[in-house]
This record gives sequence, structure tokens and C-alpha cells, in this order.
Amino acid sequence: MASENYEAASNRAEGVAQFGESRRGALAKLQHALHVNPALVPLFVLLVSIAVFGLLLGSRFFSPFAMTLILQQVQIVGIVAAAQSLVILTAGIDLSVGAIAVISSVIMGQFTFRYGVPVEVSVACGLLVGTAIGALNGFLVARMKLPPFIVTLGMWQIVLAANFLYSQNETIRSQAIEAEAPLLQFLGTTFKIGADADGRGGATFTYGVIAMVLIVVVLAYALRQTAWGRHVYAVGDDPEAAQLSGVNVNRTIISVYALTGFICAIAGWALIGRIGSVSPTSGQLLNIESITAVVIGGISLFGGRGSIAGTFFGALIVGVFTLGLRLAGADAQWTYLLIGVLIIAAVAVDQWIRKVSA
Amino acid sequence: MTQSSTPILQARGLVKRYGRVTALDQCDFDLHAGEIVAVIGDNGAGKSSLIKAMSGAVVPDEGEILLEGKPVRFNTPTDARAEGIETVYQTLAMSPALSIADNMFMGRELRKPGWRGSVLRQLDRARMEQISRDKLSELGLMTIQNINQAVETLSGGQRQGVAVARAAAFGSKVIILDEPTAALGVKESRRVLELILDVRSRGIPIVLISHNMPHVFEVADRIHVHRLGKRLCVIDPKDYTMSDAVAFMTGAKDAPLAA
Repeated sequence: MASENYEAASNRAEGVAQFGESRRGALAKLQHALHVNPALVPLFVLLVSIAVFGLLLGSRFFSPFAMTLILQQVQIVGIVAAAQSLVILTAGIDLSVGAIAVISSVIMGQFTFRYGVPVEVSVACGLLVGTAIGALNGFLVARMKLPPFIVTLGMWQIVLAANFLYSQNETIRSQAIEAEAPLLQFLGTTFKIGADADGRGGATFTYGVIAMVLIVVVLAYALRQTAWGRHVYAVGDDPEAAQLSGVNVNRTIISVYALTGFICAIAGWALIGRIGSVSPTSGQLLNIESITAVVIGGISLFGGRGSIAGTFFGALIVGVFTLGLRLAGADAQWTYLLIGVLIIAAVAVDQWIRKVSA
Repeated sequence: MTQSSTPILQARGLVKRYGRVTALDQCDFDLHAGEIVAVIGDNGAGKSSLIKAMSGAVVPDEGEILLEGKPVRFNTPTDARAEGIETVYQTLAMSPALSIADNMFMGRELRKPGWRGSVLRQLDRARMEQISRDKLSELGLMTIQNINQAVETLSGGQRQGVAVARAAAFGSKVIILDEPTAALGVKESRRVLELILDVRSRGIPIVLISHNMPHVFEVADRIHVHRLGKRLCVIDPKDYTMSDAVAFMTGAKDAPLAA
């Protein structure tokens, strides 16, 4: 609709100065549409890949059970990627997301089991620590003017080492959690819709999946409908311009990193639900996987462009490829190979979309 | 034009030093109601320091700034904006990927009335778009129809137009324009100059910084010649030629005694 208005406007260009310029041609129109809505590319790729795997594998893949299994498999990455999106929108990057998720889950577990803190309080402490680490990242980036890559690279090592030192490499076993502190596994609780009498098949959801969808919806709203969201984009686009326009750039950056820490801590909680136990060695690949989802989702690593919906589609694309290729009996390396191709293609598309301004 | 009333914006004895360099040396400045004052000066004469002091981007070491006769102190550009002084920077200070409406209201967004605004912090997009559209139409920028177009899809002149419209929409007392035509072609410069005259006709006084003498002589009511960190003289463009102005500015010719 927006592009129609634009075309109509340029047709109507009249009078004083011919400011309007008319762009023609299907390719240029597509470029413009993608510029307005960059999440269209990952949505298209997602739908095509579902269709292709659906045709190849039939009902084995194209079933409520398999579809919701994908959601379950991507829930942790999806939550972390949503957080990562915020940081990347400000033209930053957060390499400590995985470490924050893990240390938060370890704190939730250890506080409960080592100190006997009520589990609700432990969960709150885990969320708080995650937020605090994020805020510290934000402070170092915004106030100390250190590059986000370096700050979070350092924080990744610090947090991960602290995690191993504090947890003494101990895993809290699933059975113990189930018996004494089931709240820790809350986000792993499953419920089924449309299963048969024996409880097989049907759409299976976990609260973690619901949490992921809620986080995506709330962030999409905040980015699109609130002043804070507009400021996040403005800061990523051109921090000096944003500052001169009256945006508090430092506060925006710190709030973004702190919120990222908080969401990663929720991912840590969901991680306990997913694997059942509290393990300091879990979630090692979350950094790379979250950045992958963000990039495939069409968010520009240069900041200021893209949408959280794109990231969600990006995470789902990875999930669809992983499950689809596994069901097709292909070597798991094919998944990585194809994801690699997608990453490079996504960045190429981003560069092309940016040219609309030229 | 005769001015007997208090100037809208005044600077008295501004001093700004950067280390051993004195950028402003007891500098004065006057801007009266409804006029365009151009500030010209050689590179390094201290024009940008003067402008930055008045727009809040730089805090002067000494001296005072008076707005409508009352002393004011700006520590940030936001302070100056709160007092009704809007600046259009040479870089325009816009976010290219965001829409015209987003840019117009950046840093002073309107929220929806009621709980959706106060609890959900929801922006009142419809109202911001309407106001943006109205402001652009008022200034004859009607050819920009889609207010949700990203600023980077606009031409240089259109961007300048949007930046001026933003300043005109919120600058209730003074608008400062820093080199508004420097990056533009002939046709687009013309359009922006018309825009500047249009803004003045709305009664908002303008401070114009420019290197382009024909542009300065075309729109300015008075010309403030800046040299060695202070006001050398203020001339009426009707009484002097462009080469006179350049001669004053470079020191090739002595300044007239009284302007």
C-alpha cells in the first residue's frame, strides 16, 4: 500500500519544483517493497522451504506435530535471537548472549539447591543478574565508548569463566529439579492440541515456545509503536544525528543491552525447561546461532534496519532446514552448508536493499 | 527595516577558547524580529563556534546569550530547542532509514491520549503524520506525498526541505540554518532559498550561515561579517557589493564605521 502511494505521489508531481522522481520496473518496485519491509525476504524463504520439505517428505514433515517440534527446537535460539536483534539494530553486537543465558540458569539452579533460596526468588535473582550483566555491557559501550564487539567478547569470557568457577562444573540433575523445584522447568511444560487418544501426534507446545512468541510480539510492538523503539533505530542509523535530534543516545544504548541481558536470562530459564537439568556447559552455540538467525532474518549488521519479525522467521528457517534435512536422512553437514549459503545470500540482499537510497 | 524593539536573540561578549586558540573573542550578535541575518566569515573565523554557542552545542567560557532580552544558558541543543531555537545542521541530523514523520518528531514524539499512551506508551502515528503533512504542505513541499517514505529515498533538496520544515514546525522563536545550500544543485538551492523566505514571511527570524555570496545577498536583510572571532561589522546587502563583503571578511578592506 505504501509503495502505491509513493508511485501515485510521483505521478502527481506538479507545480513549483519537480521534486518527485518516478521509479519504474518490477525489480525497482521489489527493491522498494523490501526496503519498506525487509522481513519479506525471510518470510518468503521460510514459506518456500516449508513447501519444498512438505512436498519431499509429505505428512512426516507437514504435520502439526513436526511443525510444532520445529518451534520447540528453535525456542531458545529464538528468544536469544530476539535479544540479539535489539543490539544489532543499534549497530552493535552481543557475543555474551549465550554466556548470560547459561550463568542465569546456573544462578537459578545453584541459589535454589546450594543456598535453599525459595525457587521463585532464585529465578528472580537469575533474571536480575542477566539484566545487570547486560547493563554493564551497555555502560561500557555507551559511556566508555568501547567497541561492542570487544566489550562483549571480553564479557563472554568473563561470564563463562565465572559460570564454571561458581558452579564448580556441577550439573543439577533433572530428577532433583523435578522433585524439589519444578518451577525451574516451568518453561519446558508441554501441552498438546489435537493429539489422539493415546497422546500421540497433534500440535505440541511448551511454555517456552509461548514465551518466545510473546517476546517477539512485545518487542515488535515496542520497536514499532513506542518512542523508545524509534530511538533504537535512530541510534543504529546515525548516533550523531539522533543526539542532535534530541535522543538520549547513551540511555537508549544502555537500555538495549540491559533488556538483552534480561531476555537472555529468560532464555536461560527456558534452557532448564528444554534440557531438564541445570548445566554450566549448555548453550555454547547460542552466540553464533542467534547471530545467524538475525542475519538470515534480514537485520542489517550496520544497524538501523530490519525487524524483529524477520529474526523470528530467520530462526524458524534454521529450524525447518535442520528438521527437514534430518527427516530426509541427509548428513547433518548439509544443514550447516545450506545455512552458510543463506547467511551470505541474506547479507547480499541487505546490501542491495540499501542501494535504494542511491 | 528599523528596529527599535529588543532583539529576539542577542549575544554579548562571547568568549570561547580551545586550548590556546581563541575561537570567539568578545563576540556580539543581534537578531531582530522578522529578519534574516546572514553570518559570513572566512574559514576559522569562528562562525561555527558562534552558531554552536547559540544552538547549545557549545557552552561559551564567557559572555551571555539573551533571548527576548532575558539571559538564557544552554548546555545542550535540547535546552536551546526547549526555548524555541531550532537548528538545521549542515549534516541535517536525520536518520536516513526512518520515515519523514519519524524524523520530524524524533526526540519529541507524541503519544496517544489515554491509557494506550500512558500505559502502553503507544505513539500517536496518525497525529504525527498529519502534522508532518500539514507542515510540509504549508511550506509548499506538496510533492512529498507519502509521509512514511524513508528519508534516504528523498533527493538532497527534499531532505533539506524536510529538515527546514522540522525546524519551522517547532522553532517558535529562532531558526538557525547552517550552510543549507552547500550540498545542493542550482535548482534545489533555489527551492531552499524560496523556502527560507517563506519561513521568514511566517514571522520567524532566521540566522543563515553560508559561504555562497549570491545566496546570502539574495535573502539576507543584514549581513554579520565575522572576522578573527568577533563581529567586524554588520552591513546592509543593498549598500554594498559582494566583493565588498568578501573584502571585509578577508581583511582586504577596512570595515565601515557604523552599519
